[in-house]
Amino acid sequence: MNGSEFSWSEFLHMGGYATFVWSSYGLALVMVVFNIVSPMIERKRVISRVKRAIKREANSRQTS
Amino acid sequence: MFKKIWAWIQKFSSPKHFYRISGKMIPWFAVPAIVLGVYALYMGLFVAPTDYQQGESYRIIFIHVPAAWMSMFIYMVMAVSAGIGLIWQIKLADMIAAASAPIGAWFAFLALVTGSLWGKPMWGAYWVWDARLTSELILLFLYFGYMALQSAIEDQRTADKASGLLAIVGVVNIPIIHYSVEWWNTLHQGATVAKFDKPSMHIDMLIPLLLMAIAAKLFYAAIVLIRARNEVLYRERNRQWVKELVEKL
Repeated sequence: MNGSEFSWSEFLHMGGYATFVWSSYGLALVMVVFNIVSPMIERKRVISRVKRAIKREANSRQTS
Repeated sequence: MFKKIWAWIQKFSSPKHFYRISGKMIPWFAVPAIVLGVYALYMGLFVAPTDYQQGESYRIIFIHVPAAWMSMFIYMVMAVSAGIGLIWQIKLADMIAAASAPIGAWFAFLALVTGSLWGKPMWGAYWVWDARLTSELILLFLYFGYMALQSAIEDQRTADKASGLLAIVGVVNIPIIHYSVEWWNTLHQGATVAKFDKPSMHIDMLIPLLLMAIAAKLFYAAIVLIRARNEVLYRERNRQWVKELVEKL
């Protein structure tokens, strides 16, 4: 990309290696997003699980 | 003196203390990771010159090499933490190890796939059974083995012991990955950066590569803290402080 003027279509073409280059960058993006989102979902799951356990405990204390 | 240090270590490695401190630390890693990552992407895709041999295909390097470095770096963090957990019974160390495994597996997977996407146009094959590729694949399987042991064994302490032992034994694979390109005849190119000589790379290519590597380390630091906090909440779920904290969430 040392040409005098920048062209987006030439940039996206990646000198004919577009498939390989953009799949690599695409997968990297997927990996980053997944690794951010998945522990956030996991956190919600763990919190609701602990909350449920607390409720169960409170209920069993009431009935006994 | 030794007693004081030990007391200090125990205080700071207590899950409760870690949970409080790590929550404040996450943005300090996450924000620089994003800024550096975006800047490295710009440098790698727009500023770095075209390679005279590989054309534009070499730009995969800015994903592939940091991913491969991270897969080995995270493995070492995981094995050392697991070792600390095994020897000194520090629960937090086991949690850091468990939190690291899926992130490391993702980096190993990314390194393998981007490597094969680079191999196809350059070597003419997506995959060859050569020493570098095979040992990196073994690294991915070591991560899978660790995760499988963690989830298959009900008792947490036994799970930590078994998976920790696997992680420590698997460390032998790390030097094999690094030196595989020297010990065996391989299609994979040798080291260009991590060697006792001047890196054999154009400075405009080297800078985005190193920036991306730093961004990946910061990313890992942020994500491993988030994951370790989940481990703390789950493993300490019967503790009073976790119950009180969760009720407020």
